Amino acid sequence: MSIEVQNLTKIYDGQKALDEVSFSIGGAEIVGFLGPNGAGKSTTMKILSGHIVETSGTANILDMDVSKEALEIKKRIGYLPELNPLYGDMYVREYLSFIADIHKIKDTQKAINRVIKSTGLERESRKKISQLSKGYKQRVGLAQALINDPDVLILDEPTSGLDPNQMKEIRSLILSLGKNKTILLSSHIMQEVEAMCSRVIILNKGKIISDDTIEAIKKNWDMNTIQTYVKFRDSINEAELSLIDGVESIKSVNERIFVIVSKDNLDIAEELFNFAIASNTIIEEQKEQEMSLESIFQKLTNHA
Amino acid sequence: MLSIFKKEIRSFLSSLIAYVVIVVFLLIIGLFTWVFTDGNVLILGHANLDILFFMAPWVFTFLISAITMRSFSEELKQGTFEILSTKPITDIQIILGKFFASVALVVFALLPTVVYVYSIYKLGQPQGNLDMGATMGSYIGLLLLGASYVSIGLFASVITPNQIVAFILGLFLCFFFYVGFQQLSNLSLFGSYDSFVQNLGIQLHYDSISRGVVDSRDLAYFVSLIFTFISLTFLTLRRRI
Repeated sequence: MSIEVQNLTKIYDGQKALDEVSFSIGGAEIVGFLGPNGAGKSTTMKILSGHIVETSGTANILDMDVSKEALEIKKRIGYLPELNPLYGDMYVREYLSFIADIHKIKDTQKAINRVIKSTGLERESRKKISQLSKGYKQRVGLAQALINDPDVLILDEPTSGLDPNQMKEIRSLILSLGKNKTILLSSHIMQEVEAMCSRVIILNKGKIISDDTIEAIKKNWDMNTIQTYVKFRDSINEAELSLIDGVESIKSVNERIFVIVSKDNLDIAEELFNFAIASNTIIEEQKEQEMSLESIFQKLTNHA
Repeated sequence: MLSIFKKEIRSFLSSLIAYVVIVVFLLIIGLFTWVFTDGNVLILGHANLDILFFMAPWVFTFLISAITMRSFSEELKQGTFEILSTKPITDIQIILGKFFASVALVVFALLPTVVYVYSIYKLGQPQGNLDMGATMGSYIGLLLLGASYVSIGLFASVITPNQIVAFILGLFLCFFFYVGFQQLSNLSLFGSYDSFVQNLGIQLHYDSISRGVVDSRDLAYFVSLIFTFISLTFLTLRRRI
């Protein structure tokens, strides 16, 4: 087992940041850690990477206990912390050489060249880290995590703060790495997890509230439910709207805009049109939308 | 440990800290030894470097606090300690790497003063009339004092992510350990314990080694002091995470 966590609990100043969390990850797969801020994602990752110690429970990486065989584990994992801390006054190559030195890598230059190539840092490799853009700094962070060619990669919000192009590049890099490494990455962006991970662990308030494949989550949460977004010209009485045949539930955005879920995914476009005429108004905008993973996440974490 | 040592040395050199520390140290010591009228070797006409060994502990209080103030406070503030602590290296190796790098800088600052020793040696009448035993002892004492200040400075730096606070705290602790205990014992507040209090201070042991007698008790004192502050740094570091 690459990662195995059993009843992991972490208490900070009397407050439970992690509450009896258990999960396991097998071989080469990319698993997403999803949850709102303060859910316990970073805490779990910090324990796994050996930065902090758990209050109770066990965490094993590559069948070794993180609190007992920390040094051995650290040789075989790569970790990118949440805010990607870097030594700004160092040059990219100098920094990577320093990290390679800590890992006691024999052919330092070869390892540096390998990670510079895989993270696309060739053009920036002779620059000072403080002079790099955020996207390139993130690549340097990834490069240091990859320098020892780790079996397990722990990436805490690897694409946060990047522009869409940089995000796409980092995602494809992670996807290619995931072919032969176990990757645990955290995010609070649904699309990111959907784009990269085969499995999602959703955390909220220190507890796991869902641990499944994306397909299973979509299925369990009836992802195919159709919602109709409708915007009327004039104010509408929600109670009257709910009398339309086939309407299951209504969420009002304001007195003119509503999101309607129909029974058995019935098409209620005609009924809505007739309702508008009867109410002496017109429909300014109407569209159908599938229930997204985002809304499932919001439901699960009570942020709806 | 070596990787941290090398990184720290590189950081001293690239951030000008090393040059500033060495130049300022040599400038102050040089001025007092050869130019200013108080204790000027040429005016007093004594073939010794007493003024250097008197001034150096005071100059070191400032300079070593300045060298060490960023050691951990910067790492904790920037979050880079999280990178270090998740690499295959122990906290003690990180602390010792930083400790030896700062001690190396102290050695680099002291090395050029050998020229002063050579000058006095040549100027003595008859030539070579310089108490080499006392001079060697003083250098050993200064090195041990410098290493003690470094350990104190590292401790001050691990307490706070604010470098200025770390500097002032380091300065105060170095100052207190150098003369504080000595002055407290002079007040005769502790009765039969006065001599014990005096023994806790650096000055007594530094003066003792400076006479040219390297006593194992003085060595044990410096080693214990360094060990205590390195241990305190280690314990505080773990608590801060």
